[in-house]
Amino acid sequence: MLKFILKRLLEAIPTLLVLITVSFFMMRFAPGNPFSTERGLPPEVMANIQQKYGLDKPVYQQYLTYLGNLAQGDLGPSFKYKDFSVNDLVSKALPVSATIGSFAFLLALGLGVSLGIMAALRQNSWVDYGSMSLAMLGVVMPSFVLAPVLTLIFAINLQWLPAGGWNGGHLQFMILPVIGMTMYYISSIARIMRGSMIETMNSNFIRTARAKGLPLHHIILRHALRPAMLPVVSYLGPAFVGIITGSVVIETIFGLPGIGQLFVNGALNRDYSMVLGLTILVGALTITFNAVVDILYAFIDPKIRY
Amino acid sequence: MVLSKPKQQAVSSFASELEIKGRSLWQDAARRFFKNRAALASLIILSCITLLVILGPLLSAYAFDEPDWASMHSAPDFAAGHYFGTDSLGRDLFVRTLMGGRISLMVGILGALVAVVIGTLYGAAAGFIGGRLDRVMMRTLEILYAFPFMFFVIMLVTFFGRNLWLIFIAIGAVSWLDMARIVRGQTLSLKSKEFIEAAHVCGVSQWKIITRHIVPNVLGIVVVYSTLLVPGMILFESFLSFLGLGVQEPMTSWGALLDEGSKSMEVALWHLLFPAGFMVVTLFCFNFLGDGLRDALDPKDR
Repeated sequence: MLKFILKRLLEAIPTLLVLITVSFFMMRFAPGNPFSTERGLPPEVMANIQQKYGLDKPVYQQYLTYLGNLAQGDLGPSFKYKDFSVNDLVSKALPVSATIGSFAFLLALGLGVSLGIMAALRQNSWVDYGSMSLAMLGVVMPSFVLAPVLTLIFAINLQWLPAGGWNGGHLQFMILPVIGMTMYYISSIARIMRGSMIETMNSNFIRTARAKGLPLHHIILRHALRPAMLPVVSYLGPAFVGIITGSVVIETIFGLPGIGQLFVNGALNRDYSMVLGLTILVGALTITFNAVVDILYAFIDPKIRY
Repeated sequence: MVLSKPKQQAVSSFASELEIKGRSLWQDAARRFFKNRAALASLIILSCITLLVILGPLLSAYAFDEPDWASMHSAPDFAAGHYFGTDSLGRDLFVRTLMGGRISLMVGILGALVAVVIGTLYGAAAGFIGGRLDRVMMRTLEILYAFPFMFFVIMLVTFFGRNLWLIFIAIGAVSWLDMARIVRGQTLSLKSKEFIEAAHVCGVSQWKIITRHIVPNVLGIVVVYSTLLVPGMILFESFLSFLGLGVQEPMTSWGALLDEGSKSMEVALWHLLFPAGFMVVTLFCFNFLGDGLRDALDPKDR
């Protein structure tokens, strides 16, 4: 087992290296630069700035320097926000996104799985139809439609919750963003869970368990849940990536100072080091999470040999 | 033994009658599809939306980029011909919604097409050739899976200009990964099926096997998956436009309209509601259509 985990984690390293290299060179060969202004800087000033950030050296040397700094966990200085390093800005933004994202993720997993099980057990009843129509609506309603509608109802008309802002992570300020973000994933997970639960409940070993006269909750929790969870577990990787990227929209709508906001501003300002740093960070998170999901899958599925 | 002529004719006519008129996979699928009411209704609604989106702007009295100075920011008004009202610059929202639909549907369909072509070729090549090449190609795919593509697209679009073609290509190029996996899996499992072996034994040529047996069998899943890809593409484009990175003014798309609408919804709810309604209905229909096609084309389910 340990060998499998190690192997899976080691496999992530070349992937990460490719990601870093591609993003770095894409960024360096992109037209325009963060220091160009409408009037244009005098060439001497430009040369000074380029020297300060090491942009006057050959590209391969910049690449090696960047890689060296990255190995020490340094993402370099921000090109736009003077006196701030990318690390400073990211360390302020990451907790915001992580809090909202993990709430959304846990909510999606919990609610999605229970909704799916409920629908599967009462197949073709009004519970099934009701929850599945809701799930369909959740799948087709993009977060950038849902979030403004939620704001309109709960923040503007009813005035129950604030319409945006972060306010140091006060719970009230998190409710709407989390709901806006998680709806899609609750729906998708519920749909997947329903399908696999129906399949599992029709399989032979469940029939045996029923024939033995085991109570229903026992059958579900002890026997059916584990195999039925497998498709959901393999969906968790994409869901995680989606929640990270979805934060771009949600943070823009609710004005939250998170990673998504930082990335869009960085891209619009051509703050290359910021965009590069965030891409690598998110890529690394994605790769790690996918590896974790794979390992989890191997734990749950007895058919997988390692 | 020599048979007399009438007997010979009788035998051959008997043999020709023996040949039962076969039902092809596609006829069967069509029959099943037309029985599925939700999918059929979705197909009809989608055709209506497509027609409306193509013809509507041509027939309307207002242009999508010309402000109507007499009624700016007005609510839906049938007398003036602004069925959906006007936006904050006085442009007719009905025409703009339809123009936005044109762009969104076009991006959706073209993007899906790009993804399907790349994905099918890649997957089929990996599956057919197999061996070492297959392993290398699948390893590459795994690496690509780990990329945060949304971030890459945002990067591409901000740095290389906001060009509609770039959006098509970027979106399509990003979404072919799943397609490639599905097609590869399908070809691999088909390659070792009995009916392919039987065809080999009968001396059917390799080319004939590919065109006659493998392609039609993969095609079903490709069709289903591309129907399910289109709504994803539409969402992706709207996502970019919502962030202001997609189509540029005065051209518009559903995402761009939603962006404007969400900014002015407190005073003018219709700015949000009409484009959102169109988009949600379209996505709904594509999903139902995809589900219907899957049920119809799955050969296991007879």
